[in-house]
Amino acid sequence: MTAETSAAENPQRISMFKVLNPFHVWALGVGIVLVGEFMGWNFSVAKGGAYGALIACWVIGLLYSCVAMIDSEVTSTVAAAGGQYTQAKHIIGPLMAFNVGLFLVMAYTMLEAADALIVGDLMSAVAAATGYEGLSPQPFVVLTIAFLAWLNYRGVFMTLTVNFVITLFAFLAIIALFIGADPLNPGNILRHSDLLTELPYGWIGVVASLQFGMWYYLGIEGTCQAAEEVRSAGRSIPLGTIGGILTLLVAASLTWYVATGLMPWQYLGQAATPLYDAASIIGNPSLQVVLFIGTMFAAIASANGCINDAARAWFSMGRDRYMPTWFGAIHPHYRTPFRAIIFLIPIAVSFAFTGLLDQVITFSILSGLLGYTFMSINMMRFRKMWPLDVIKRGYIHPFHPIPALVLLGLCAAVYFATFLGYGASLLSIMAFYIVASAWFVMRRYQFVKRGDQFTMPWPRPRGY
Amino acid sequence: MSTYIPKIQHKRGQLIDSLFILVLVYVSLYIPLFLESDTKSAEETATVQSYTWESLGVSAVEQEQWQKLGYDEAAAAEIINDKFDYTIDPLMLAITALVIIGYFFFVIRISDRQYREVIEEKFGADETSSKQEATQ
Repeated sequence: MTAETSAAENPQRISMFKVLNPFHVWALGVGIVLVGEFMGWNFSVAKGGAYGALIACWVIGLLYSCVAMIDSEVTSTVAAAGGQYTQAKHIIGPLMAFNVGLFLVMAYTMLEAADALIVGDLMSAVAAATGYEGLSPQPFVVLTIAFLAWLNYRGVFMTLTVNFVITLFAFLAIIALFIGADPLNPGNILRHSDLLTELPYGWIGVVASLQFGMWYYLGIEGTCQAAEEVRSAGRSIPLGTIGGILTLLVAASLTWYVATGLMPWQYLGQAATPLYDAASIIGNPSLQVVLFIGTMFAAIASANGCINDAARAWFSMGRDRYMPTWFGAIHPHYRTPFRAIIFLIPIAVSFAFTGLLDQVITFSILSGLLGYTFMSINMMRFRKMWPLDVIKRGYIHPFHPIPALVLLGLCAAVYFATFLGYGASLLSIMAFYIVASAWFVMRRYQFVKRGDQFTMPWPRPRGY
Repeated sequence: MSTYIPKIQHKRGQLIDSLFILVLVYVSLYIPLFLESDTKSAEETATVQSYTWESLGVSAVEQEQWQKLGYDEAAAAEIINDKFDYTIDPLMLAITALVIIGYFFFVIRISDRQYREVIEEKFGADETSSKQEATQ
C-alpha cells in the first residue's frame, strides 16, 4: 500500500475520523460566516440605505432559517462528506451534484481568498499606524492561507477546536462593542435619531440590498460538510446549525444597531472595516484593540472553515470521479483530504491576487445562492421520493413545503437584487456554470461509475 | 441493465481536466471587466468642485461623525456623490431570467436521465418489486 490511499480507487477505503461534536459544528458554520458581520454586510447599506440593510438582514435571515431547517433534515439523513453535493447525488442526479460540488468549492475558495486579503490589509494598516508605511499585504495573505492549510492537513479536530476559540472571541467582541456603545442611553454615543435617513433609493434599493444582505449569513450551510466526521450526525448537525443561525441573527442585529448609530450611511456603505471604525469613533482604545483582534480572528476563522469545506467538497468530487480521482485521497495518518487541501492553496492565493475583489465576492455569493436554489428543489424531491414513513430522519423540519417555497421565492428576489448593479457578473458566472455543465456531460461523465453514485442504505426512490 | 464500466483516466488527462476548470473560472472572473453593464455610476470624470457640508446636505451630527472618521468635505463628497443607478433594462432582465431558468431546467433534466441510470444499476431494472420494498 502506498503512503496515501485513494478512496476512489480502493474499495477497502480508509475513512475520516469521527471526532467532532455540536460545538465544532457551530464553530465551522459561525466561523465561516461571522467575518460578514465585521465587513461586507455594510455594502447592503450602500445599495439601499441603513433601513434597507436592516430589512435585508431580516429577509435574508428568513432565507437562511429556511436553509438551516431544510439542510438539517437532509443532512441528518445523508451523513457524508461533501454535504449538499452528496445530497444532490442521491436525490437529483449526477449533473446537479457536479454543479453543487462546484458551487461549494467556488463559494468557499473565493471567500477564503477574500478573508486572507482582509488579514493582509489589516496587517498593512497596523504597520502604517505604527510608522511602517507601504508594507505589502501579499506575504500575509500567503502566510495566512498556508498556515491554515497546514492546520487543516494535520487534522479536523484541532482545526475546528481552534475555530471554536477564535470564533467565540470574535462573537464576544461584537457583544463588547454593543455594551461599549452604551445602548441604554440613546443619544449619548449612538445617534440613530440624527443618522438614520429615509430610504435613499426607495423600495427598489431595499430589494437591491438583499444581495449583500447575504453576507450576514453566507456559509452557515457549511456545517453539513462535517457530517462524515461528527460523532452523531443526526443530533450534532441540526444542533450546531440551528444554534449557529440563532447566533448569527443576534450578531447581525447588534452589528446593524451599533454601526448605523455611529456612522453616516454613505460612509458605512463603503467602509472596509465598519466595526473597527465604530470602535474608533467611540474612542475607547481597549475596545479598538478588542475589535481589531476580533476582526482578525473572524477573518482567520472564516478562511479556516472555508479551507475545511472547499477541500471536502473537492475531495468528494474526486472520490466519485466527477473530478480527477487523484483528489479523492485521505491521508493515512491524519485522515484528512490532504491532496484537495494542498491543491486549493495556490488557487485561493491566486484569486486573492487577481485584484478583482468585487468579482471574487460576487462569485462567492452567487455560487452560494445557486446552492440555496438547489436546496429548495432538493427538499421537495426528497419528501416526495422518500416520504417520512419510508426512511428515518434525525430531524424533521416543520411546515413542509412552506420553507422550501419561501426559500425559492427569496432566492429569486436575490437574483434580481444581484442584477441591480452586478448584472454582468451574474451573466458571466452563469456562463461559467453552463459551460462547466456541458463539459461534465460531454467529457467527465464517461469516467463515473453509475451504480456507485448511490451509497445510502435507502430503498428505491418512488417514481424511479 | 448491464453494469457500466467507466473509462480509466490517465494522469495527463486528470491534469488537463483540472486545468480546464481553473481556466474557466479565471475567464468568468475577468469577463465582467470587458462588459459595460454594471451600473455603479462613479463620476470619475467629475470636475474638481469646492464642497461645503451644507451643499452636500450633511447635518451637524453627520458632519461631526464624518470628521471623527478623518474626512473633510472634499473626501466625503466623493463618497456621498457615488450613487447606484437602478434603471432596469427590460431586455437584459429578460435575458438574465431566461439564462437562470434555462440553466436549472437543463441541469435537472439531464440529471434526471443520469439518475435513472444510477438507480437502474443500483437497484436493478425491475421497478415493481422494488416499489413494494420501498412501501414496506
